[in-house]
Amino acid sequence: MTADLAGILTYGSFFLVTALSYAILCLGLNLQWGHTGLFNVGIAGFVAIGGYTSAILTTPASDQHLGGFGLPIAVGWIAAMVTAGLASALVGALTLRLRSDYLAITTFGVAVVIHLVALNAQRLTGGPFGIGFIPRPFGDLADKPLLFTGLNLALVAAILLVLALGLERLLHGPWGRVLRAIREDEKAAEALGKSPVRLRLEAFTLGGAIMGLAGAVHGHFIGFIAPDNYQSGLTFQVWAMLIVGGAGNSRGAVIGAVIVWGLWSVSGLAIGGLFPPADQARASSLQLVAIGSMLVAMLLFRPGGILGERTIVSRWVKQR
Amino acid sequence: MMTAQVLADGVLDGAMIGLGAAGVTLTYSILRFSNFAHGEMLTAGAYAALTVSGALGSLLAGSAEPIGDTSIGWGLIAATCLAMGFTALLAIVLDWLVFARLGRKATSITVVMASFGASMALRALVEFAFTSSPAYFNRDMQIAVPIGLGMRVTPDQVALTVFSLFLIILTHLVLTRTQVGRSMRAVSENPALARLAGVDVAKVVRITWALGGALATGAGVMLGLLVQIRPGMGFDLLLPMFAAAIVGGIGSVPGAFCGAMIVGLGEALTVAIVGPEWRAALAFCALIAVLLIKPSGLFGARA
Repeated sequence: MTADLAGILTYGSFFLVTALSYAILCLGLNLQWGHTGLFNVGIAGFVAIGGYTSAILTTPASDQHLGGFGLPIAVGWIAAMVTAGLASALVGALTLRLRSDYLAITTFGVAVVIHLVALNAQRLTGGPFGIGFIPRPFGDLADKPLLFTGLNLALVAAILLVLALGLERLLHGPWGRVLRAIREDEKAAEALGKSPVRLRLEAFTLGGAIMGLAGAVHGHFIGFIAPDNYQSGLTFQVWAMLIVGGAGNSRGAVIGAVIVWGLWSVSGLAIGGLFPPADQARASSLQLVAIGSMLVAMLLFRPGGILGERTIVSRWVKQR
Repeated sequence: MMTAQVLADGVLDGAMIGLGAAGVTLTYSILRFSNFAHGEMLTAGAYAALTVSGALGSLLAGSAEPIGDTSIGWGLIAATCLAMGFTALLAIVLDWLVFARLGRKATSITVVMASFGASMALRALVEFAFTSSPAYFNRDMQIAVPIGLGMRVTPDQVALTVFSLFLIILTHLVLTRTQVGRSMRAVSENPALARLAGVDVAKVVRITWALGGALATGAGVMLGLLVQIRPGMGFDLLLPMFAAAIVGGIGSVPGAFCGAMIVGLGEALTVAIVGPEWRAALAFCALIAVLLIKPSGLFGARA
């Protein structure tokens, strides 16, 4: 009985660690899309940059890929934010002056190219076999699954909380107000002396850095990364999470991540139980059909998501 | 000589990308959004043609009998025409179901996102229906014949390049020489003004979708004959198509075709010099180059 309970708890915390890693990703996207209106179709690419940066820096030396340099995990995570942020800044500098569609197309291209590099630049990334032996936080306790996943859950939850609170502060301050002003009426904001391109670039860069961190955090929890983790399906799931939860709202982003990842896991289990092994790969494509239809349906019928954006005029004005 | 063969491969690749890019550029300039589901139009067209030509082959003996030196029978030609109709209809239904409801003006980026969702759902649906294993129109081996300068091409490749050129010229003539084309260009310039002048904007939108779907089917059948048919075929061609449309200048069909030739030749060069596994990176490099140098593209008016 107690063994069962421990098993369920372990599975539950394992599920939540992944869901909360997605939630960190959603916070990054929420900053780009929810508050600034920037459409990033290359999320998987920025996540991959973070995951690979941290993996290369922290793994023990290997002849299968560049490095590893055996540095502490924290160094890897900070570096993941820096490289993913730099990549975002480059993409942003190139496209944010142009029509909004150009950013979408370019980020889409970034994801394609990053996947190609992960797959083919064997000396850098280890090629199709990916990078293993990534040090896991609290790795010494890996033989006690409940304690190990529980501590990891606490760590991811703490990172998420710090990020969410930090972003809330930032977004409810002057910087966030200007961002939303630009999103709502660029000309008016410009007339008041704000530089839309610069602010968009800042938001896009910060959002990309958060995505890189999420990639590193999840890579370290699993202990292994490979190119196929970073395909368009990932981008798509994160979008579904943010739209379901409600863009422009940090709590919505987290709730959306947990709900969509929950639906995804439950439907995956259902397919495993309902279909014979030979048909499972085929049946799992129905998961994507469902998520795609859900995304479109949310856009059509409840574009604000479950929670939607809290519109704050002034803290002194009573909310309806 | 290797270089001449690169030229031949590049032109063939470009002719295929061009058919898709023409559709992308039309939806972009007339419906005002970049349609991420355009790749799936191509996939849908290829699978529709495969299904119809398979049915024709079992119903009418001889429909798969090759014409001339090619591997293409009249059954496949008929199937392609039917598939064009099917894909055109699919595009119109998708517009009616999703894009039109989201509205075409203020938040155009929401429509782009919906097209991204529709793309994923359609691709997964095709994979569920037809499985992810590749399919072929036929398994005939074609022998490449020399055409001078050391270039060798198969009869199919020649026929398909001519087919692509024919469709592009036809589209260009429709846009520049007919009343329908005039209305399409009017909507592209200014929808409100076009409506005031008595243009039926809803009809123009339907025609644009139909044209884009038909051209995508052409590209899909071409890709299916030259390589293979699989659920991700169109999605993998999305970046080259976007790159070609932007290199050529959004809104210009001849521009999209020239852009596609540049991307196609670049891909052939990449394959010859760097290696086939880096092929997909070329479109991205072309895209970045044009955004750095001339964001409006070769023939475009606006960025």
